[in-house]
Amino acid sequence: MRAVDLAVADGEFLVLIGESGSGKTTTLNMINRLIEPTAGAIRVDGEDALAGDPVGLRRRMGYVFQGAGLFPHLTVAENIAVTPKLLNWGREEIAARVDELLNLVRLDPAQYRRRFPRELSGGQQQRVALARALAAKPKIMLMDEPFGALDPLIRDDLAEDYRQIHNSLGLTTIFVTHDMTEAMLLGDRIAVMKDGALVQVSTPNELLSHPVDDFVKALVDTPRKRARRLAQVLADAS
Amino acid sequence: MNSFDEAWGNLPDFLSWHVLLSVSALALGLLISLPLAILAARSRWLRGAALGFASVIQTIPSLALLALFYPVLLIISRFTQDVFGFGFRALGFLPALVALTLYSMLPVLRNTITALNGIDPAVKMAARGVGMTPRQSLFQVELPLAAPVIMAGIRTAAVWVIGTATLATPIGQTSLGNYIFTGLQTENWVFVLFGVVSAAGLAVIIDRLLALAEDGLALRSDARIFAALTGLAVVIGVSLYPMFASAGGERTVTIGTKSFDEQYILGNVIADKLNAAGIPTTRRDGLGSTVIFRALAANDLDVYIDYSGTIWTTEMHRSDAPGRTAVLKQIGDYMTKKYGVRLMGGLGFENAYAFAMRADKAAALHINSLSDLALYAPQLKIGGDFEIFSRPEWRAVVQGYGLKFAVQRQYQANLMYSALMAGDVDVISAFSSDGRIAQYGLKVLADPKGALPPYDAILLVSPSHANDDALLKALQPLIGAIRLDTMQKANLMVDRPDDKRSPAQAARWLEKAITR
Repeated sequence: MRAVDLAVADGEFLVLIGESGSGKTTTLNMINRLIEPTAGAIRVDGEDALAGDPVGLRRRMGYVFQGAGLFPHLTVAENIAVTPKLLNWGREEIAARVDELLNLVRLDPAQYRRRFPRELSGGQQQRVALARALAAKPKIMLMDEPFGALDPLIRDDLAEDYRQIHNSLGLTTIFVTHDMTEAMLLGDRIAVMKDGALVQVSTPNELLSHPVDDFVKALVDTPRKRARRLAQVLADAS
Repeated sequence: MNSFDEAWGNLPDFLSWHVLLSVSALALGLLISLPLAILAARSRWLRGAALGFASVIQTIPSLALLALFYPVLLIISRFTQDVFGFGFRALGFLPALVALTLYSMLPVLRNTITALNGIDPAVKMAARGVGMTPRQSLFQVELPLAAPVIMAGIRTAAVWVIGTATLATPIGQTSLGNYIFTGLQTENWVFVLFGVVSAAGLAVIIDRLLALAEDGLALRSDARIFAALTGLAVVIGVSLYPMFASAGGERTVTIGTKSFDEQYILGNVIADKLNAAGIPTTRRDGLGSTVIFRALAANDLDVYIDYSGTIWTTEMHRSDAPGRTAVLKQIGDYMTKKYGVRLMGGLGFENAYAFAMRADKAAALHINSLSDLALYAPQLKIGGDFEIFSRPEWRAVVQGYGLKFAVQRQYQANLMYSALMAGDVDVISAFSSDGRIAQYGLKVLADPKGALPPYDAILLVSPSHANDDALLKALQPLIGAIRLDTMQKANLMVDRPDDKRSPAQAARWLEKAITR
């Protein structure tokens, strides 16, 4: 990693994008200290995140990554309840929260509460992982290609659902992807990374209109080209 | 009483010790292996060391491993006695426990380490991501996920330990192995089968119950786990009940026997005499002959029968042969002075090493003595028991007569006679009190050079009972009371293939014969 100077505003949806190996996952994991930075500073709500206990820090943030990572020996309800339990919430409070979250991620609590992860589809597992990350009411969500392994249809559904959850709960989200279309559709701002450094941080519009270099230009051209081709196909069809 | 009834009657005693030993070893093994495996899963160095150690233990033959800990513990016990003023029984339970504990470690270590290292990294990442400490991740995520595989390791260990515990018998720990060892010695196949079936049955039952627990862990079924634990508690409880029921805490006299028929018979005779005098006894049957004397000297045993020549050569390292009475006298002095062990006296007969051949073969070759044998030895095959070829007597005979055989084979003492009669070997190291010498009409070769010492059966008493008048008085009638032909008859009752008697029955007959 080289110098990364990035500020994310309260309530913002920031997408980190780049090729594999560009340092986007490393950047994300340093925010909740799954990877400890060797130099530099991280501030959360103005406080030095490197000063305190990393475990406490992680409990205050939601974390979702590719492949869900649900605990296979726990039911859906128990998976969602993990962080509240670690924080010693009351039993009834946890039960209520689990149902609330299952509704939020559009899974019927009565039907899914007692199921084990292996009994769920990939999309359903990712919804549960999302619910688990949201369980302890974090203000900040860290998401590492959360929908990367899913079928396109399910993926769009989930992404859309999540953007709504982000808005309605007033979350601050940092979302890693390598798919520029997804980045443009979801992000308030997009941070482009290359070789462990930030290349450009701006809104999708600005990125399209004023790419700083050829690399960024090539990146944003992909969805543009695809959109154009798609329009062509649609026009031909009608 | 037939063999089956006798075996059945011993079951409460043998089974309770077997279960106590196995369960203790397994519990202790888990207590060591599980934490060690958890640490080893995180450290490559420790993993190599722990698995390497456990694997080496596994390659040691289990019988040798069990036997190894008796002398080791004896040295430690002497040390603690000297330094801290207390010792402990180095014979029996403790060495068996240590050996079996070590034996149980490999499957548990290997399965636990494999299971912990095989957990999906995404799941471990998730555990950190949701804010678990390493300890919470271990206990709430990693161990529960590894539990079914760990349980499979515990099952393997349980079956190994229960099976191997049968080998605790020769180091003085009663177990289901007593059936097997006694049965093999006396060719009592009912006993052998009873021992094998009961040990296997126990192993299968415990394995099935642990399998149920394993299923319970994998399926998260509390009912199964509960049923398995209840089953285990019942099996262990029922097995151990006789032990607690009989535990009165009174000090009993421990009688040791080596692992052959005459010893079992005489052990019974001694027990009967002591019990008749109101002295309670316990038995340690089938002990190795190197273990038994040290056990007596250390007060782990109180009474046993040895043979003067054995003590003379292996303990006192003497190679001269000054005659029966002189040897007895010198052994008596030596015992008192060096160990405080009392030599009560000879029983009246000798059980000497005697080289024997089939009469027809000896006649054909004109062999009457060991000197004659030396001429033909290079064309002959010799069979011996497990001890003879490593004993000083053998070296004395080999050097004295210049013997050199074409082939040298070792047999379990009983099978040696069959091998001789079948022509598999030409000469055997027989025992002079063995009834089969007369039965098969074997030619016993003379020892004109006196290379072999006398082997009077002698009654030895431990230092702690050396001045126990009640005990000495109860056993006094045995001194000088047993004639060679009487002992041979008693031995033959147990050894003969037809109309076989148990050592206990032969002992009753012998007691009657010597009081007449």
